[in-house]
Amino acid sequence: MASEGGEDPRLPRIASTIRVIPDFPKPGIMFQDITTLLLDHEAFRHTIDMFVERYRDKRITVVAGIEARGFIFGPPIALAIGCKFVPMRKPKKLPGEVISEEYSLEYGTDIMEMHVGAVQPGDRALVIDDLIATGGTLAAAIRLLERVGAEVVECACVIELPELQGYQRLGGKPLFVLVKAA
Amino acid sequence: MACGKDGEQDPRIGGIAASIRVVPDFPKKGIMFQDITTLLLDPKAFKNTVDLFVERYIGKDVSVVAGIEARGFIFGPPIALAIGAKFVPLRKPRKLPGEVISEKYVLEYGTDCLEMHVGAVQPGDHALVVDDLIATGGTLCAAMNLLERAGAEVVECACVIELPELKGREKLNGKPLYVLVESR
Repeated sequence: MASEGGEDPRLPRIASTIRVIPDFPKPGIMFQDITTLLLDHEAFRHTIDMFVERYRDKRITVVAGIEARGFIFGPPIALAIGCKFVPMRKPKKLPGEVISEEYSLEYGTDIMEMHVGAVQPGDRALVIDDLIATGGTLAAAIRLLERVGAEVVECACVIELPELQGYQRLGGKPLFVLVKAA
Repeated sequence: MACGKDGEQDPRIGGIAASIRVVPDFPKKGIMFQDITTLLLDPKAFKNTVDLFVERYIGKDVSVVAGIEARGFIFGPPIALAIGAKFVPLRKPRKLPGEVISEKYVLEYGTDCLEMHVGAVQPGDHALVVDDLIATGGTLCAAMNLLERAGAEVVECACVIELPELKGREKLNGKPLYVLVESR
């Protein structure tokens, strides 16, 4: 598994803790499992540190984490930077008033929701998920944030599947990842 | 309006309680839903919440923090990182890849299931279970069962909010519960 940049000495440990599960959720898919990263306290710490180091001086005012694994990586970053955390959720999970964005799946569509009032015009947002595949989910998150007038500064993931070229679906927004999975 | 726990109230509790939003009739009529997303929009309140848990558990030999999907994923990892413990996600069925153990539990209508990865937790692990809220205690109970089945000792359950009228505390088989805010 290749690491982005390659020079940071923390990356090999982070990459080595990610477990690949074949044929999940269906035959042919090599699933990148970050739960084993979470079992290695030092690797988890390094992962968060690398994101925090990148974003602490970028005047980020909101970290938006995509349900559910974005909820694991987003909040520690938000806490370290001292900014808001906003959960981006599947339908009907958020109480109160929401805005919704539909996005494409391989078969069919899904919906992502964000609370009305969580994000304001002028907010500078970071979008977090554990992994970028096709980019569809991240693109939906970007659209939701932009609809309420926030500026998406960057998308950040632990893992990228470069063959799926998800970075091309981010409306020109930059993508930062720690590990590229071949 | 939520109030603090434990008599001698830590001065941070007031701000935490005030940041929690109550949404009436969600997910159905008659339920006053305790919404922690507004707490997450208040960096000081969120930091204070995590700090209160960390101060309680740091140096207490907790080797695992188990967070219940999905809001336990928000509070559990920062605690795990601060105290040097593993984080283990406890998930709805079919979300975890690889081999899992499952525990069924009772809902108001019907049953649900919580899963944990085989091998995430070992005999001898000391576990903290984290969720945003305890209502009836059914989910926390299922979580504790999973951890104990894998040989861990559950040290405590920790939640931001308790709904004391639902008596979830009594469902925890004698395991202690620590909460920051009670909501009546």
